[in-house]
Order: sequence, then structure tokens, then C-alpha cells
Amino acid sequence: MLVSFFFALREGGLKVSITEFLTLLELLKKRVICFDVEEYYYLARACLVKDEALYDRFDRVFSAHFKGIEQSFGPAGADLPEDWLRKQFELGLSEEEKARIQALGGWEILMETLKKRLEEQHERHQGGDKWIGTGGTSPFGAYGYNPEGIRIGQQGSRHRRAVKVWDKREFRNLDASLELGTRNLKVALRRLRRFAREGAAEELDLPDTIESTAKNAGLLDIKMVPERHNATKVLLFLDIGGSMDDHVRVCEELFSAASSEFKHLEYFYFHNCVYEGVWKDNKRRHLHRTSTMDLLHKYSADYKLILVGDATMSPYEIHYPGGSVEHWNEEAGSTWMKRLLDTYHKAIWLNPEPVNRWPYTPSIQMMSELMEQRMFPLTVNGLEQGMRELS
Amino acid sequence: MSDKRFTGTDCYVATEDLTTAVNAAVTLGRPILIKGEPGTGKTQLAQEIARGLDKPLLQWHVKSTTKAQQGLYEYDAVARLRDSQLGDERVHDIANYIVKGPLWEAFELDKQAVLLIDEIDKADIEFPNDLLRELDRMEFYVYETHQTIVAKHRPIIVITSNNEKELPDAFLRRCFFHYIRFPDKETMVDIVEVHYPGLKKELLSEALNVFYGLREVPGLKKKPSTAELLDWLKLLLAEDVPPEALSSDDRRKTLPPLHGALLKNEQDVHLFERLIFLNQRNAR
Ligand SMILES: Nc1ncnc2c1ncn2[C@@H]1O[C@H](COP(=O)(O)OP(=O)(O)OP(=O)(O)O)[C@@H](O)[C@H]1O
Ligand SMILES: [Mg+2]
Repeated sequence: MLVSFFFALREGGLKVSITEFLTLLELLKKRVICFDVEEYYYLARACLVKDEALYDRFDRVFSAHFKGIEQSFGPAGADLPEDWLRKQFELGLSEEEKARIQALGGWEILMETLKKRLEEQHERHQGGDKWIGTGGTSPFGAYGYNPEGIRIGQQGSRHRRAVKVWDKREFRNLDASLELGTRNLKVALRRLRRFAREGAAEELDLPDTIESTAKNAGLLDIKMVPERHNATKVLLFLDIGGSMDDHVRVCEELFSAASSEFKHLEYFYFHNCVYEGVWKDNKRRHLHRTSTMDLLHKYSADYKLILVGDATMSPYEIHYPGGSVEHWNEEAGSTWMKRLLDTYHKAIWLNPEPVNRWPYTPSIQMMSELMEQRMFPLTVNGLEQGMRELS
Repeated sequence: MSDKRFTGTDCYVATEDLTTAVNAAVTLGRPILIKGEPGTGKTQLAQEIARGLDKPLLQWHVKSTTKAQQGLYEYDAVARLRDSQLGDERVHDIANYIVKGPLWEAFELDKQAVLLIDEIDKADIEFPNDLLRELDRMEFYVYETHQTIVAKHRPIIVITSNNEKELPDAFLRRCFFHYIRFPDKETMVDIVEVHYPGLKKELLSEALNVFYGLREVPGLKKKPSTAELLDWLKLLLAEDVPPEALSSDDRRKTLPPLHGALLKNEQDVHLFERLIFLNQRNAR
């Protein structure tokens, strides 16, 4: 049952390692816990899931896997590991399961590690008592697990609760593939951080100073190293208005997360596509524009360019002079996009539209081509890919 | 091994998911990593584990400049350099210049300690990786004096993170993990009870309505947390604000009394005022 749970988790996209799985087994063996299903759920989660964004996925797998678990756990006092180990062994594994174990490094490795763990634990706590090698009827007796197993009781009132914790799906909105919140964004944006050793000497290099001073016959010889600081520079272009309005909030969040992140962060708004002018204050967009050309000269080529927009518009807006819905543009949007991309080699486009709609929206296809496929969904995962592209 | 289980304390409310994770970490002597929104009691947890299990507490507060090595020990080269220039005798024994870090102190105690490593995500990305061996084996080597320091008792290590940086997988595999969910109303009532025992039911229930309502307001830069709720309640009590003043009819028309304790950011106050304004207009 536990082994298949392990595989179910991996199939569900949780990268549970054997180490972590063994930790869980080790805990079960310790039998410190007179526990029930809910406690087992918490325990397994604490051992196997290391990111709250994956809690929901864990809940789903757990729910599917342990439907009706109370029944299968049997009467109070059933010995889970013994039962489990014996059953696994007696029933044998399916060909498929064997193949999967092979892919994980082989059953031997799994059992070998388990055995070692248990031996260690055994020595530590049983003072070298003769569990190992006693064999007996239980095929796993030789491995010295605690034969008393774990008590799985039905105590407590929570079994009468209508909804199981894992069925409540309380962590649904932390799932990285769905939701984008300021908190998650921060993590992803941090990928951009580069601790480049740039700039002037700023802090005292103590080890080097001492060494040099020693070499200098004790006369102080001060050495400096450049202060470490965040050298990432970013130009952020946000699409605002029109079909983007649904996404303005998400963009706002991306923006607020980004603003605290970089020493050099310049942001500009555009509508649908970048043309000869962009603006900083959306309320005064018609009064105060920044010329895109000036911007190209002002910000050096080592800036990283991030465009955020749904790229959903009429193809004219990209490919024809005068195609803009708002004003008369002398040159096509694609010309301006090319200028931007010629200057800023590190560039990505983040798109809040669901990925499955992309193939059906010609303008998204066009923009993605202009971007040389560097368009990513505006989810935490997409952001992560984008950051990788930029770094 | 400790047979005592952590169940929270008289001044800390620990839900069952949390205590289960903590006890797992205590049982196997492996670190536990705690994440959660600001003010969900991450830092306090370590203190309460120490109190609840009656163990000494050591704290290591991490900053952006903190190095892993500082947790083990530091070699105070400047002091030695100064002593050498002054001709001090101490200079000949390098051990005089080794300053023990919190890990070392925890390792040499005669009793199992609780060690808090607070806000690990503040440090350099390499920081957690630099501690892998020490956390695993609970030992380290002092090059200057050629000693190996081995933990007499594996300390219970509680690590907190505010999620500012991703932590490396190798590090995560060695830890238990628990994410403290923002307390639901039921739990919050317990938490408040711990801080202000015997608070009037009506006041608390109105206050919680305001508080959770505020957290729902879209677009807030900083949602008020437990800490802010507690501060606010303290003010409400001090000013003797009646529960009626918090009731929902009033709330739609004005900012809650003493809102400064809940909304600490000017932008958020403005946002809230705007929402109230819209509300009033719609009501007309
Ligand atoms: N479960 C709880 N029981 C009792 N008090 C709590 C609980 N959770 C939070 N508090 C109170 O909230 C305040 C903030 O707690 P603490 O500083 O530990 O939070 P934190 O998660 O470390 O926050 P930060 O992320 O800002 O460091 C403290 O005054 C603490 O007493
Ligand atoms: Mg804290």
C-alpha cells in the first residue's frame, strides 16, 4: 500500500525521493505515534512535500489513493508495516512496478538503503540486539524492523467528520500551475538576481588583508573587494487597457513584486503592441509619452526586457503602419518590436492568456514568432521558465 | 530520545498538522522547515517548543550578510592582528580567537537543545547548501585547532523562511516541512484567548468579522496578520471600544476604529477609503 502510494505521488507529479520515503518508513517504524489516518496524512505530508504549492497536488493524490482507507486499515491495532511488507513480498510486484522500481535505481538499492537505515536505527536504540539475521517466518524479519509495528487506531472523533482534511483542498490556491500571487512572483523574480561582482572596491577583504599584512612583515596592508550587489537591470513593459483589463491586476502584482526586487527597474505601459511611444502614468498617457527611440538609447543593452501582455489583437496592429487602434503609427508594431529585440538580447514576453488558447489566436502566434518563441504563460511556472531564459 | 510530545503551550496555539510535523522532527532528530505568511507564529514556534519540551533554546537570526560558517564558529582575525601588534601573549594560541557560533553551542550542551535558524531565506543562495553536512551528521571540523565538534545530543533544529528565495532540493530533502496556514476563525479565537484571556465574546466576534473582511479586500499591499489583530485588540480594549462600534452596518460607512493598527500602509488606507466611498454611493 505504501509503495503504491509512493508511485502514485510520483505519477501525480511530486518528485518524492527515496530518501524522503525512507524517512517516512523510519517514522512509522518508530511507532512513537499511536496514530490515525489524519495524523498519517500530516506525517506523510511533512516528510514528502517540501513546497506548499504542491500541497494541493498531494491532497488530490492522497484522496484518490486512500479512498475508504479506514476500512482497509482494519481493526484497531493492526500492524501496518508488517502487514505491508509481508504483503508486498508475498504478492510480489507486477511487471510494471518492477520496471518502475528499476527506473528508480532498483529494488535492491531501495531495500538495501532501507535495511541500512533500520540497522543503524536498531543499533542506536536497541543496543545491538539480535534482530538482524534472525529471519524467521517474516521475510523481512531479517531487516530488523520493529515487529510490534504501528498501531493504527480509530480513536478520536475526527473519523466522524464529514469531510477529510485532504478533501477540503485548502491549499488549492497555492498551486503554482494555477494561481499567480505576489508571494509566488517574488520567488520567481528572484531568479533574476545575479550577484555579479561589479563596480568599485567597497568592502574590506579581511582574509586577504591579513595574508598581505603577514607577508608585509606585519605592516598593515589593506585589501578591498567589490561589494556584492544585485546587478540585474530590467525594463518592464506592461500592456494596459482593452482586452488586457482582466489581467491588469495580475500585472499589477507582477509589477509590485518586481519593483522591490531590482536596483534598476524601469517600467513603461503600452497598449497591445509597442509603437513609437510608451508612457509611465496611465492616467496621463495622452499627455506624457516617452519616445521609444529615446528609450532605446537611454537604457543600455545589458538591460533585460520583459513584456507583459495578452498579445490578443488584430494582426494589423502588429504588421501594418497605421494599424494601431488608438493612433496613427508611422511604422508597424513589428518594426518597433524588432528594434527593441535587436537592442535587448535578453528578452521575454509573459502572456496571461491560458496557453491552450494561444494556437487559436493568430496575433499571439505572430508575436511569439517575433519574440523567437520566448513567450511564456503568466503563471509561476511560466515565469520560472522565462527567468531561466533571461539569466 | 524524548518521550514528551509537543502539543503547543499555554501561550501558543499549535494545530494538529503542526504538532505532528514538529514531533516527527523531534523523533528523528532532523531539522524542520517552517514557512507561512508573516505573523503566523513561525519564529515563536521554536521558543514554544523549547518551553513545551523543557529544553534550552539557542537562536540564530539570519541576515543577508550571514555566512553559514558563522553558525559554526568564527576566527576573530582582527583581534589577533591587534594583539600581535600590541605584543599580547594570547596571540600564540589561536584558540583564543575562535568564537563559537550557535550550532557549536548547541552541539556541546549536555542536554538536547532547540536551535532556531530564523529567516534562512534572507541569506545567500549558497547558505543552506553550506550547512548540509552539519545538519545531516551534526558535526563539523575546526581547521584552526584541528578538532572535530560532534553534537552530544542532536538539537531540534527549527528553520523558518519567508519564501524570499527558493531553497535547494538537497537541503529540502533533509528537512521536514510545514507550511503554517493562515489561522481560520476557530483557531484565531484560541490564539486571541491565549493573549487576552476572557475577552468579551461579542467584541471578539465583531472584531474578527472586521479583520477577516479586511483580509478579503482585493489589492491590499499588506494583509493584516495575527500580530496586527493582536495589536488592534489591545487598542480596542485600552480605548474601551464597544462591540457595536464594529458592527457590520457601521463598517460599510466608515473605517473601523483605530484602523491604523490593522492597515499600516497609506496606500491600503486609501484603497479602503475608496471602497467605502463606492459602497456608500451604491447604497444610495
Ligand atoms: N499560533 C499562535 N499562538 C499564539 N500566538 C501567535 C500564534 N501565531 C502568531 N502569534 C502571535 O503573532 C505574533 C507574530 O508571531 P511571530 O513573530 O512568531 O510570526 P512570524 O511568522 O515569525 O512572522 P514574520 O514572518 O514576520 O517573522 C506574535 O506576537 C505571536 O505571539
Ligand atoms: Mg519571524
